[in-house]
Amino acid sequence: MKVNTYGGFQRLFFNMTPMIDVCFQLIIFFMLTLRLFSPEGDFGITMPLALPSSGNPPMIEPTPVKIRLTAYPDGKLSGIQLGQRSMNSFAHLHEQVREVSNMQSGPAGAGTEVELDCDYNLKFRYIVAALNAVTGYVANDKETIVRLIDKIKFAPPRKPENKTDGDTAPPAEPPAE
Amino acid sequence: MLWRNRSSVSADPDLTPLIDCTFQLVVFFLLTLNFSSDEQSELIRLPSSELAKPSEGALEMPVTVQILASGMVLFGGDTMTPEAFRGPLRRERDSIRSVLGRDVKNATIVIRADQDVHTGVVQEVIRICQETDFERFVLRAKWKRQ
Repeated sequence: MKVNTYGGFQRLFFNMTPMIDVCFQLIIFFMLTLRLFSPEGDFGITMPLALPSSGNPPMIEPTPVKIRLTAYPDGKLSGIQLGQRSMNSFAHLHEQVREVSNMQSGPAGAGTEVELDCDYNLKFRYIVAALNAVTGYVANDKETIVRLIDKIKFAPPRKPENKTDGDTAPPAEPPAE
Repeated sequence: MLWRNRSSVSADPDLTPLIDCTFQLVVFFLLTLNFSSDEQSELIRLPSSELAKPSEGALEMPVTVQILASGMVLFGGDTMTPEAFRGPLRRERDSIRSVLGRDVKNATIVIRADQDVHTGVVQEVIRICQETDFERFVLRAKWKRQ
């Protein structure tokens, strides 16, 4: 630090170079380590352990609502079924599940369980789309999430099928995503 | 600029704006630094959903399992087949029991699967986790704001 005297006043000179150096080092460090991620959330699923083959009989539980998702050989969605009924789209599925949920146990959907039965090669994005249609919806305020069904489980996995494109006749019109 | 004496030039730039700007940048990067992103891989493109709103509370004992679009499992920094994932998962289970002294049934398996992976692979991973005594699962998705 230098102290110069100008007519009775003392002028202080701070050496700013090391501080600026350190600041630039910090900036470079943070710039290099910066990783921007979008916020993520979870869908809970219920997957109890497989029951033993012998022993006490399993408890009687309410029959789950079955949703069947079929896929083309390339993994794209080819069909949606709620029970025995075909659905045109996930929006259609959402409406139907909302009705079922209201009929069975009120708006909260407590007690209603959904079982997803999917083709092995179905792309995972369609599972999330189905969960999106089934588990709830965003209220009009665009903030509150109204839960319909929280109990979700997967049916036992289907074995991968070794089909060629010509083996499967696709339906006339695939459901909207 | 007025030069009083060519032999002793005194250039005193005003460093205050530069330092202000530098500190602003440092503070910005400090605030955006996300320490919890270690379990997030850029190799995975999560499916998006408007219902996948980030929860305010943290999960109890989360164990993150990531599944690439190729069907390979990314666990503990290593890439492996779903069947080979069984060994490292058992070690994780044993460490939860012995080191933490907790019940594995309270741990939550967080599945971060690529949007294009086959659903059968995800189910296979869930089955392996079940056979390793894990019971709680969540499927992670990217939150899509409406």
